Amino acid sequence: MAATPLSPVERIKSASRRLRGTLAESLVDPVTGAIADDDTQLIKFHGSYQQDDRDLREERRLQKLEPAYSFMIRTRLPGGVVGAKQWLALDAIATTHANGTLRLTTRQAFQFHGVIKRELKTTLKAINAALIDTIAACGDVNRNVMVSPNPVQSHAHASVYDWAARLSEHLRPRTRAYYEIWLDEERVAGSGEEDEPIYGATYLPRKFKIAFAVPPTNDVDVFANDLGFVAILDGGELAGFNVTVGGGLGATHGDAATYPRLADVVGFVSAERLFQVAEAVLTVQRDFGNRSERKRARLKYTIDDRGLDWFVGEVERRLGAPLEPARPFAFEHSGDRFGWIEGRDGRWHLTLHIESGRIADREGGAQLSGLREIARIHRGDFRLTPNQNLIVAGVDNADRASIDALVERFGLDGFRTASPLRREALACVAMPTCPLAMAEAERYLPDLVTRVEALLDKHRLGDVPILLRVSGCPNGCSRPYLGEIALVGKAPGRYNLMLGADAKGQRLNRLHRENVAEPEILETLDALLARYAGERGAGERFGDFLVRTGIVPARESVKIPMEILT
Amino acid sequence: MSAEPARLLSPLSLEKSAQLTRLVDGLDADVLYWLSGYLAAVGAQRRAGSASPPVAAPAAAAAPQASVTILYGSQTGNAKRVAEGLAREAEAGGLAVRLVRADAYPLRELAGERLLYVVISTQGEGDPPDDARGFVEFLASRRAPKLPQLRYAVLGLGDSSYPQFCAIGNAIDTRLAELGASRVLARGEADVDLDAVAKPWSESALRHAREILKSTPVAAKVTPLRVPAAAGAWHRARPFAAPVLANQRITARDGGRDVRHIELSLEGSGLAYEPGDSLGVCATNAPALVEAIVAALGEKPDRGIAIGGDEHAFATWLGEKRELTRLTRPFLVAHAERARADALDRALKPGGEDALRRILSDYQLVDLLREFPAPWDANELVAALRPLAPRLYSIASSRKAVGDEAHLAVALVAYEAFGSAHRGAASAFLSPKGDADHVPVFIEPNDRFRLPADPARDIVMIGPGTGVAPFRAFLQERAETGARGRNWLFFGNPHFRSDFLYQVEWQQALKQQTLHRLDLAFSRDQSEKVYVQHAIRRAGRELFAWIENGAHVYVCGDATRMAKDVDAALAELFVTHGGLEREDAAAALARMAQARRYARDVY
Repeated sequence: MAATPLSPVERIKSASRRLRGTLAESLVDPVTGAIADDDTQLIKFHGSYQQDDRDLREERRLQKLEPAYSFMIRTRLPGGVVGAKQWLALDAIATTHANGTLRLTTRQAFQFHGVIKRELKTTLKAINAALIDTIAACGDVNRNVMVSPNPVQSHAHASVYDWAARLSEHLRPRTRAYYEIWLDEERVAGSGEEDEPIYGATYLPRKFKIAFAVPPTNDVDVFANDLGFVAILDGGELAGFNVTVGGGLGATHGDAATYPRLADVVGFVSAERLFQVAEAVLTVQRDFGNRSERKRARLKYTIDDRGLDWFVGEVERRLGAPLEPARPFAFEHSGDRFGWIEGRDGRWHLTLHIESGRIADREGGAQLSGLREIARIHRGDFRLTPNQNLIVAGVDNADRASIDALVERFGLDGFRTASPLRREALACVAMPTCPLAMAEAERYLPDLVTRVEALLDKHRLGDVPILLRVSGCPNGCSRPYLGEIALVGKAPGRYNLMLGADAKGQRLNRLHRENVAEPEILETLDALLARYAGERGAGERFGDFLVRTGIVPARESVKIPMEILT
Repeated sequence: MSAEPARLLSPLSLEKSAQLTRLVDGLDADVLYWLSGYLAAVGAQRRAGSASPPVAAPAAAAAPQASVTILYGSQTGNAKRVAEGLAREAEAGGLAVRLVRADAYPLRELAGERLLYVVISTQGEGDPPDDARGFVEFLASRRAPKLPQLRYAVLGLGDSSYPQFCAIGNAIDTRLAELGASRVLARGEADVDLDAVAKPWSESALRHAREILKSTPVAAKVTPLRVPAAAGAWHRARPFAAPVLANQRITARDGGRDVRHIELSLEGSGLAYEPGDSLGVCATNAPALVEAIVAALGEKPDRGIAIGGDEHAFATWLGEKRELTRLTRPFLVAHAERARADALDRALKPGGEDALRRILSDYQLVDLLREFPAPWDANELVAALRPLAPRLYSIASSRKAVGDEAHLAVALVAYEAFGSAHRGAASAFLSPKGDADHVPVFIEPNDRFRLPADPARDIVMIGPGTGVAPFRAFLQERAETGARGRNWLFFGNPHFRSDFLYQVEWQQALKQQTLHRLDLAFSRDQSEKVYVQHAIRRAGRELFAWIENGAHVYVCGDATRMAKDVDAALAELFVTHGGLEREDAAAALARMAQARRYARDVY
C-alpha cells in the first residue's frame, strides 16, 4: 500500500485542517461564483456539491462568462423523517434561496439545487435553524443513514429509527469546521486539530453508506449499502440485526475492475452492540481501504481484494468476539405501498407518488404549494421513502378527509391513476446540474415511461409492476443495477440497457445492449415484453422471467439465511 | 509627492522633473525626437548668451501683439483637431501662433494676452472638458483679471441632443466680454457635424487675425509648430471598411442589456492605434426606420433632394446622412413651429426643461412625427436634421496582443417605446453584423488617456459597464510589454451572473498576475445598490496608498453620474486618508489631473 501514491483527494483532506481548507476565503471571493478547486472536494463533507448549469455551459463560454455555478445542498436526515414545521422551513428555503423545488433523494434526503455562492451561508444557516443539518451528507464519511419507513409496524419502525438516528449521530465527524464556517461559531483552542476518534485526520477512503431494513420490505435496498442492518423482530419487538457488508453500486464505464456488488450477510448482532459493529466495519475500511485509486476505494473492493473471511475476521478481532450466526428473514419487494395504510398503532399513513422525487409547482400540479398547505394542517410528520416518494405519516383518522382534499386539489393524487411502471420508476437528477451525468435521467423519465407504457398496453401488461430505473451515469444514484429494466447513461441520448434484476433488491441485472438509443431500446423491450406476455408464469416478475428463460444469464443472488435453511 | 520618473540621471529638481514628465507624457515618438532637437537648439542659444528661445511660447512681455494664442479644451479630440487646423492655417499664412491646451496655459499670462481664440467643447450636462476645468473655473472666479486689452473669439463645440448645448463656449464668450475684452467675431456653436460651423468660423477668425496682427510686424523668425497631420489614409470622412471577425454577445441571456464584443480586422489599412484611443464607427440608419419616417411623412423615398450642391434620394439622405435616433433642440424648435402642439411649445418655454429633457432622451424622430404630426417638406426636413455623426467607441484591445485587429465592447441600445421597438443607430447597425460584413471605421486618437510612460508605475482603472473597454486594452498592453507596475481594476454593472463583462479574462489575468486586484460592485445583487464609488470607498486606505505611491488613475464610462460620483469618492480619499481639507482635496485631484495622473474618458 505504501508503494502507490495517495490520490490527490487524500492530500487535500490531509492538508485541510479538519475539512476547513480555504472555504472561508472561497466564499467571499467576489470574482467567481465558484470556490477554489481543493475546496470543491472539502465542501462535500459539509453537505454540498459545486455544480453548474450544463445547459448554459457552452453559451457562457462564448460569452466570456464563467459557467453558471451553483451549489446543491443535501440534508443529513436519518430515515428521512421531518416534522411539519421543519417541512415549512425547508419549503421556504427552496423558494427563497434555491430554484423553487425540493428534491427527495433515493437516500431519503432533501436536496436543494441552484443555490448561488453568496446565498450558500444564509441557506445553510436557515437549514440549521430548522434543526436539520447537512454535515456528512456527502464526502468520504458515513452518509445519510437510511431507514425503511415501514409505516405498518409502527412500533418496530420507531425503535429501528431511533437506533439509526443515534448511529448517525455517533458517526458524525467531530470537526468544528462546519459550525465555524457556516454558523459563525467561534474558533476555539485546538481548531483545525480536533480529535476525530472514529475517522482520523483523513476520514474514509471513500463514501460509506448505511441502511436499516425492516422486512418484509427492502425499500432501502439494503444490499446496495456498504453496511446494512436488517431488523430481526421477535414477537413484534426488536431482537437485533443481521449485518450485511460490502454492497455498493457505482462503476466506471469500460473499467472491468469496477462493478456493482451486493452485500454479503455476515451475521447477527444484538441492538446493544450496534455501534461497536458499525465502528469495527467502518474502521477496517478506514485502515485497509484503497487510498490511491478512488474508483476502487469503496468497501466492496476492500472485501473482494482481501477476501470476505479476512474481512469478517478483522471485524471480529476488533469486536473481541465473533458475530452470531445470521437469522432467517425474507424480503417480499423493494417498492413503496401507495395510498392510505393504517399502522398497528391506529394512525394512518398516506404514501404519495412524487415523480423522480422532484417537488415543484408546475403545469399539471402545484405540488410544492400543495405540500405546504398540508404541512400547515398536518399534526404528524413526513417521511421520505428510499424510492423518492413521500409519506404523510401519523394522521388521525378524523384528519384524513382534509388531507385528501388538498392532495386532490394540488395534483398530488397521481398515485391513484399512474401505472405501476410510473409509480415505481426511479431517476437520478442528472442534467443539467449533476457534473457526472453523461445523459439525461430525471428530465427524460416521464417521456420514457409514457413510451414503455404504450408497449405494456400493447401487450396487455398495463397493470403489471415492473421496476424501471434510469441513471445519467454509471455511479448508480438511482440504484439502476437493481432495476428489472434500467438505462445507464453513456452519452447524450445513449444508454446501456440493463435487464433482469429481481424486484427485491437481491439480484443485480446484467448488461443486455450496450450504448443504444431510444428506438433500439424500445424495439428490444417490445420483443421481450411480447414474450413475457405470452410465457410468464402466475405472478412471475419481468426480471425473474428474463432469467428463467435464459434471455438474461443467471446472476448470483444475495444468500439469505432463510434460503440456506430451506 | 512621490518621485517622478524623469529623475533618471537627471539634474532636474523634483518639481522641474514633474513638469517635464507632464510635458512629455502622451507625446508620440516623432514629437519627442523633434523636441530633443529643439531643446538642443535652445541650450545652444543659452550657452551663446541669447535670451529668447527660437519658437512661440513667449514670456508674457515678449511681443504679445505679434501672435495669436489658440487655446483649446477637448474631451474627445474634436476641439483639439479644429484648433490644430486653425493653427496650421494661421502659420501657413505667416502668423505667429501659440497653440495651447487649456490645462497647459499659464493663467497669469491672460492679463497680457492681446488676441485669444478659444475652441472648447461642452460635456454631458454642461460640463467643461477635463483639460479645461481649471481654466473655466479661473475665468469664472473673482481672480480673473480685467481684460481691456484683449480681443477674442470663441468657438463652442457641443451636441444639440443635450439640453446644455455649447454651454461652456457660451459662458466663456460672455465672461470675457464682462471682463472688458472685445469680441472680434460672434461666437460659433458647432454641433456634431462640426465642420458646418467650425470651418466658416475658422476662416473668419483667420481673416481677423491677419488684419489685427498685420499692423505689428513679426519680430522673430517663427519655427513652424509640428501640428500632427490627420493620421493615415483613412479618416472620419473616408473610413476604412473593416471586416467583422466576431460579434459575440457577452452578457448572459437572462441579462437585461445586450452587450457585444465585436472584433474588427484592420489588416491592410495601415490604421494604427494606441491603448486609450477610440474607434469611430460610421453607422448608417436601419432601412426599416427610414421607411417608417418616409411613411409617416407620406413622402416618396426616391424623391431627389439637393442640399448644398449634394443631391440624393430622400431615403438615402435619411439612411446614410442624417441623424434619426437623437433629437436636437434646434430641430425640436423647427418641428414645434410646424406641429403647433401645446406639449411641444410648453417644453421649449422656460420652465419646460424637464419635459424637454424627457423628449430629447426618450423620443426619436419617428416618435415625434407620429405623436406630433407636422407638415414637413422633405427638403426642409433633411436640411433641419443634423448630419449623421460617427459613434466613438473606446478600443478594447492592444495591437501588441491582437495584431491588426480592433476590439469593441458595444452596449446595444434597444427598448420598447411608444408601441414600437427602438434601437440606437449604432446598435441597429452593429448588432446584425456577421462574418461577411464590413464596418466603416477610423481611429480617433486620445492622447489624454494614455498608460504611464514609466512601465513601473501602478495604475488604477475605474470602468463600470462598457467603460471597462479601454482597460482591457491597457491590461493587454501592460501584459505584452511586461510592465512591472501593478494594475488595479474597479468594475461594476447590475448583476454578477449576467453582466460581468469579460469575467473569464479578468480571472485569467488575476491568475497570471497581470491584473493584481479587481474590486467589484454589482448594483442589483443585494437590496442596497452598490456602485464603483462605493467600492472605491471600501478600498480607500489601500487605494490612497497606491495613489501616494504615484499610481495613475483612469476613469472611463458614463459622464453624467458615474464620473462625478467617482470623482467625489476619489477626492474623499484625500480627506479620509490624506488628512486634507475638502477644498484641498479637490485641488490635489486637480493637480493629479494636471500631472496627467488622473485621466478620464467619459461620455
